[in-house]
Formats: sequence, structure tokens, C-alpha cells
Amino acid sequence: MTGPASSPRERTVRVNGQPCRVWEKGAGEPLGYLAGFGGLAHWPPFLDRLAEQRRVIAPSVPGFPGALGHNLLDSHLDWLIAVHEVLRQAGLEGADLIGVSVGGALAADVAACWPGFVRRLVLIGALGLSDAERPMFDVFTCNPKTLPGVLCADPAAYLNQVKPPQGAADMEWQIEQTRAFEAAARLLWPLGDTRLSKRLYRIAAPTLVLWGERDRVVAPFYAQRFASGIAGKTQVKLIPGAGHQADLDAPEVAARAVLGFVGKGTEAGAPAPGKKPAAPTRRAKRPAGSVRTAKAGRRAAPVRRSAKPTQRSAGRRR
Amino acid sequence: MKLLWFHLMPYTELPDDFREKNPSVWVDIHSSLFDPRRAHRMYNDFMDELEYAAETGFDGVCVNEHHSNGYGLMPSPNLIAAALARRTRHAAICVMGNSLALYNPPTRVAEEFAMLDCISGGRLIAGFPVGTPMDTCYAYGTNPSSLRDRYYEAHDLVIKAWTTPDPFAFNGRFNQQRYVNVWPRPVQQPHPPVWIPGGGSVETWRWCADMNYVYSYLSYYGYKAGAQTMRGFWEEIKRLGKEPNPYRAGFLQFVGVAETRAEAYRLYKEPAEYFYARCLHVDPRFASPPGYTSEATQRARVQSQVSLAAEKSAASSAPTWDDILERGYVIIGSPDEVAEKIKEVATSLHVGHLMLLLQFGNMGKDLAQQNTRLFAERVLPQVTGLFDDQWEDQWWPKPMPDDARAQQEGLKP
Repeated sequence: MTGPASSPRERTVRVNGQPCRVWEKGAGEPLGYLAGFGGLAHWPPFLDRLAEQRRVIAPSVPGFPGALGHNLLDSHLDWLIAVHEVLRQAGLEGADLIGVSVGGALAADVAACWPGFVRRLVLIGALGLSDAERPMFDVFTCNPKTLPGVLCADPAAYLNQVKPPQGAADMEWQIEQTRAFEAAARLLWPLGDTRLSKRLYRIAAPTLVLWGERDRVVAPFYAQRFASGIAGKTQVKLIPGAGHQADLDAPEVAARAVLGFVGKGTEAGAPAPGKKPAAPTRRAKRPAGSVRTAKAGRRAAPVRRSAKPTQRSAGRRR
Repeated sequence: MKLLWFHLMPYTELPDDFREKNPSVWVDIHSSLFDPRRAHRMYNDFMDELEYAAETGFDGVCVNEHHSNGYGLMPSPNLIAAALARRTRHAAICVMGNSLALYNPPTRVAEEFAMLDCISGGRLIAGFPVGTPMDTCYAYGTNPSSLRDRYYEAHDLVIKAWTTPDPFAFNGRFNQQRYVNVWPRPVQQPHPPVWIPGGGSVETWRWCADMNYVYSYLSYYGYKAGAQTMRGFWEEIKRLGKEPNPYRAGFLQFVGVAETRAEAYRLYKEPAEYFYARCLHVDPRFASPPGYTSEATQRARVQSQVSLAAEKSAASSAPTWDDILERGYVIIGSPDEVAEKIKEVATSLHVGHLMLLLQFGNMGKDLAQQNTRLFAERVLPQVTGLFDDQWEDQWWPKPMPDDARAQQEGLKP
């Protein structure tokens, strides 16, 4: 199932005059994806799974691979406008949106600032909140050698994702990766609350808060913080064995959980821009034996693995 | 040439097992290692040493800014400079400098430097460092991605504040002030000479050349390691068609003078080993926040001083005294030997402003003053005339005439 991923379609949108790469794969109702640290160097297995049922659109925000212009963004408002613009031009207005880690901070903020812009929201290991007693791990001081093991439970899952694309010059790829981290730093430094906590209550979209149980960057404690702050209907799910970038660690389990929540979409497609989003037409369907959810405020139940070994672990052992 | 006496103000009582038991001398160094009562003694010794250097005839005294740092006890160099302005009369006061992006608003720097220039009667050298990642991005939480843009904007604001006679509005990317009107104004017009402490980036060299500022390479690693950087600087100056006046440049060098080389070898071993083992024990985690190094500099594969220090500290045990000498980190010898070496260094690097660290590591006041006196009396006269037959130092303070200046009651009789 997670065999060699085929290439996505690529286009470019422009924000503040700078190019931002948009990758896209699959057909049907659009489903947006904002990546975590390092961004997308390859089309990952997680998005492949989603693209089997949805038209997955993954724009790079400024500074992330294939996108420039992070150094024009001087304030948090600059960032939010830029990301809103990237999503709008990518065709994601009114669509379901997944945000992982850095992308999670942005997705949550866009959903809070423009209620109705995001139909259903999925946050995976989202950043943006901070608790002084349990501050997030300082990813930026991390030794490059230990970083993969901090971002993912399985370091290979991260390394696989950020290895240079075919034909990329090592030096330039290294600079591009540093730039992606710089962009994340520009947004998040010095890792305090981005003031998202003040806006969380404005998120009206039904939200799935999906978290790696072994997240070393933002402990699952933060999943509850998101869930209890968001006004929309919220469910929290933990993925056992997965780390911070749980979509890389457990692509199958994460994709099932996401598809269970956002569904295949309807023929009619996403609601018209600006319209108040309808409540999801179908309840998140629980794939047999693999998912358990908890309501916001309660302790989250872990996502149980299916009896069958996942392709992920099989693939990893090659 | 000009010889300046530079103090880093290191905490001198870091424990013997500091390197083994602590991850870093900087950023997360533990407060239990700091004894304020001992620091009282250190600060007063250090200030005595600076005053002594000015008395013995050094052209200038230098202080600098560090934060959360076990080898630099000057979060505010301006405080020390203010005391020095009252306790010295002729020496230039070189504040090397204020990390512009850390001041909010940066007009604070324009104000405090103007105060120092007024109090000292026009003896200030205004240093504007970007600041190390440890100081700026970690200890002060400044965003590494916008640090340089903030720095350049703060620079523009300070210079404009000094040179614009009327109150003005400043509407920058990072700083907005409806009323900029710096009181007091500097004695030196249009403003005190500006020196830029920098690493090896071509952008900084060009900027210094364009702005007519002194480029200072403050290396912990002496003249041998610094040769390549200074060569790069002079090549760039030539390429830009500027005259190769050695006073465009400054360079830092550790020196230990004694009656004989053998004695110097014995005297300066411990403080030098203390400095390179404990004071430069910097955790590499803090050396390269993303965005601190420009992409052009990454492409040129230029490594910053602190990142180099951190890498060395992590990679291996501390250098031995013989390593330190062999690699030229510290110059030692009799006064004549040191004078010869200084001439060679100044000539080969083509540097008109030599900043000397004559106190380093855990060196006590007696030895620091002995080193200072021997240098001032027996080395300085041999080297001070260098370059002066050919070049004029256009980057040196122009103080008020002595007879126009206040009597300083605080000055020692």
C-alpha cells in the first residue's frame, strides 16, 4: 500500500510577489494539508492514502520547500494573511484542512481568524500554544543528528521525508531545509504562545485533534489544550507509538483517522466561500477496531492499532 | 597604530570540573556558579585594570556586551563605560558595542552613547555588533530570522537620530516612533566613529566599506587563524576601489608579556588554559539558530566565531598550552619578542587598530597589571608609530580640547 509514491501535480501561486509551490493529487473534494518542520520534499505515504479518496492539495507556505518570501513576513498578522492567501489561491477556501506541527499552528489560526474559511479542521501535533510549566521542546537547539528522533518516534520516518529530492544539489537542498527551519523560527520564535490561545474560541469548524502519543515536542497534554479551547465540536485521538509528526510516523493509522473524520466528501463539494460551514454530514466513521475517540475535556483514548500489522511497520523493516 | 586594552570581564572562579559538569558557559550556565560577593571583587578588579591601562598609556579601553555568559560579565557595557569616562582622561572609550537589535526602541543606544560622548568629552567609539546567537536569539529571545534586518534598521535609526537636527517620525518595519528627538546629542559631529565587530561575511565587509566604518575581527583564535579573514577583507576593499588604509580595520589578540619567554610561559599558562577550556565551552546547540547565518554566507561556507568555538569545544578536549601557543591564539614572550611579533601581526594583517586582551581567563589583578605595565612601557613604544608615516586614522575619536574639558573630581589624584 505504501509502495513508491507517485509524483503529485505541481503549480505555483504567488504571495507578496513570491512563488509558493502547490502540490496536488487525487480527485474529489479538496482536502488541504500544511506540513510540519522541513516541509514536503516528497509526496508522502500519508497524503497518498488520503489522495485515494480526496483531492489532496498541499501548498508550501513561505520559506518552506518550493516557496519563498518568509523574510517579508514581519509580524504574526503578515504570516496569517500570507497563509490565508496561499490557501485561497490553492483553491482551499471552504475546504477541509489538515495542519501538522508548524502547519497546525497556522491552520488553527486561519480557522480562528476566518471562521467559515475552514470547513473541518484536523490538527496533528499542532504548535502555537505554550504552557510555561510544560514548554514545547526547543527544536531549534536540537543537534541535527538527534533531531529526526525528536520529530518522529522512528527517526527514519523523518529522514525519509527530508532526503534530497532526486537531482537536487546537496548544498542547495541543505540551504532549502535550513530555510524551512528559518521560516518556522520566524513564525514561532521564541516558542511562546503565538496568542492563538486568545483566538481558539473562534474556531467553529468541527475539529479532530490527532496526536502522537510519544510526541516529544508538544506533549499530548497540548491536545487537550486545543480541544478544550476550540468552540467547534472537537474530538481528540492519540496514536500509540507515533511521535510529533505522527503523519510521518504512522501514515496508515493517521490517514484512516483523518478520512474517518472528514469522509469522502459530498458530490456537491465544499460549501461556497464565506458561507457558514455546515456541520459535517456524516459522523466520523470509526474504521473497525482501530480508532477510539474521546470528547474534549476528557482523557483521550489511544487509537488502537488494527490486528493486522500496518504497512508502515512492515515497510520500515525492509 | 593604535593599541586598545580590551576587557571581556570573565567570571574567574568557574570550577575545575566546569567543562565536564556543565553543558555551556553561555545561555544556560547555572546561577549556583555565580557568587555575587566574589563578583563584587571581580568587577572592581576589572575596572581597576581598565583604569590602569588608560593610565599607563594605551590609546583606548574596550568593553563589550554579553548576556547569560560566564566569560563576559557585561550585559551593559555602557555602565562600565560611564565609570571609565569619569576615571580616565585621554584614552578613547571603545564600547564594542551595543547589540542594536536588542534595544527597544534602538534610540536608547543613540541616547546612552550620546551621554557617554558628552561625559567623556568626545572620546567614544561607537561599536555596533549584530551580537552572537547566544546573546541575541537565546538569552534575549530575538528572532534569528529577522535579527539582521532589525539590526540594520536600528542602525539607520540611531544614525538618523544623531544627525537630524529636528524631531522626526520614524516609520520602519520593526520600529515606529512618532517623535524621535535624542537629547543629549554627541560631542563628536556628525557622530562618534562607528566600528563594526564582525565575522567573515562579505556582506559585512562591503557594508563597512560603503558606510566608512571600521571592520573589527574579534577572534578568539589569534593572528594565524585570522589571517584568511583579514586577507578576504582587504581583497574586498581593493575590489571596491577603496584605499587600503590599515585604520579601516581592527583585530583582537591575546598577549602575555614577561621579562623572558620562559617566565611568560609559566605565568600565562593557567589563565590561557582556563579561558580556552572553560570560557569557550559553548554548547553547539546555541551556535546556529536557523536564519542567523545568511544564505549567501552559508553558500560561502563561512563559519561564525562562536559556531567555531562551539564546534571545537564539542569535538575535542580543550587545547593544551602548547597548542594555544603553537596556533597563535596567545602571543607570549619578552617585551622585545612580543614587540617583534606585534609588528609582524599588524603588518601582515594590515591592521591599524589592535585590541589586546592582556587580562584573560582567571588572571588576577596583579598579573593583569604586570602584563599591562610591561606592554605599555616596553612594547607599546616600539610599535606605536607603525603606519603613521603613511596613513591617517580617520576613525579615531576627536575629543574636545583638553582645556575646554571639565575637571573630573572623580579622577584619582
